[in-house]
Amino acid sequence: MAVPSPLSPAKRRSAKEAADLLRSEIGSDVTRPVKFRDEITVSVKPASIEAALKHCKSKLDFNSLVDLCSVDHAGESLRFEVIYHLYSFKHACHLRIKTRIPEDEPSVPTASRIWPTADWHEREVYDMMGIQFAGHPDLRRILMWEGYPYFPLRKEFPLAGKESDAPDIAFTDAAPLEGGPFVTTPTSGGTADREPRSRGE
Amino acid sequence: MALPSSIKQAAAYDSKIEGNVIFTQMDAATNWMRKNSLWPMPMGLACCAIELMAAASSRFDISRFGAEVMRFSPRQADVMIVAGTVTYKMALAVQRIYEQMAEPKWVIAMGACASSGGMYRSYAVLQGIDRLLPVDVYISGCPPRPEALLEGLMRLQEKISSGDTGPDRPRALVPPSDAQLTADPAKKTMMA
Repeated sequence: MAVPSPLSPAKRRSAKEAADLLRSEIGSDVTRPVKFRDEITVSVKPASIEAALKHCKSKLDFNSLVDLCSVDHAGESLRFEVIYHLYSFKHACHLRIKTRIPEDEPSVPTASRIWPTADWHEREVYDMMGIQFAGHPDLRRILMWEGYPYFPLRKEFPLAGKESDAPDIAFTDAAPLEGGPFVTTPTSGGTADREPRSRGE
Repeated sequence: MALPSSIKQAAAYDSKIEGNVIFTQMDAATNWMRKNSLWPMPMGLACCAIELMAAASSRFDISRFGAEVMRFSPRQADVMIVAGTVTYKMALAVQRIYEQMAEPKWVIAMGACASSGGMYRSYAVLQGIDRLLPVDVYISGCPPRPEALLEGLMRLQEKISSGDTGPDRPRALVPPSDAQLTADPAKKTMMA
């Protein structure tokens, strides 16, 4: 299937217009678009996320799901956030859609029926955060193995990892950090200030 | 031609006898044959595999050392070159392949990830293949240049020609951690 070349700039619909159209279609479950450095972000309540994504694909011409990722806001009531990055080849514009879900039942309808690429992205989100995707054709871990007991990208999981053993399949050990992750800090100082140093776990 | 027995002789060549006969020790001869035809089992897992392929190409030419025969069957290989990041998911598969190789066998840990986990000090990466397999030569680099791989191969050749090649020779193998030593023996551990 050939990717259509974008419309001329005069005919294109901007991301803000697309967000407003989405809002008028779905209603109050969609927040006002937020603009940050020419990027438009829209938050959707999880009850309407599936309808919103379907509308984006079919009516608003967002034919490409660029990324599907998740954030762990540990300590807040709605702990997890699933973020969809959409792109429209026709209008050459990006749109970001976010949705927050609670910790005790982290579940979101799958986007893989809409964009097939979401299949593996959702498997990765499940593997790393433990968020379930309802209706996913094959929701299993993708980097770690079945039976791995933890979700590594949650905030309480240490960077070095924890010990585990699935006999004959795999094992893990805590990696020796030797003083912690060596990270640099963003600062306007010179290279000596920015040099990666041990910041501790 | 008799020499005092205190002089150890690796090879002697006496052109008067037949002109093409070499006297040597059995060990020296077999070690020479082994080191000059080390068939690698390329365990190319990540970016180091590209440099391994480059070393096999015409510019760097691992074939000069007799090692261009990259046998992907462990039964036909002599040295396993672990080139790339060994994730925990892949670790036991690498060990299984290593166990299928026939003695004498050697292991080259190529690159930072295979030697020590590299830049990935994390939950998913085995911190060095020497936690599972006994390693003979480590090659540092990320990735090491093909010339570095060839230098590592030459060091392995020196190791073969100078030492013994048995399975009990001294090799680098990180001792098991306390967790493994106290583990339930009914559960199979990877140091079995």
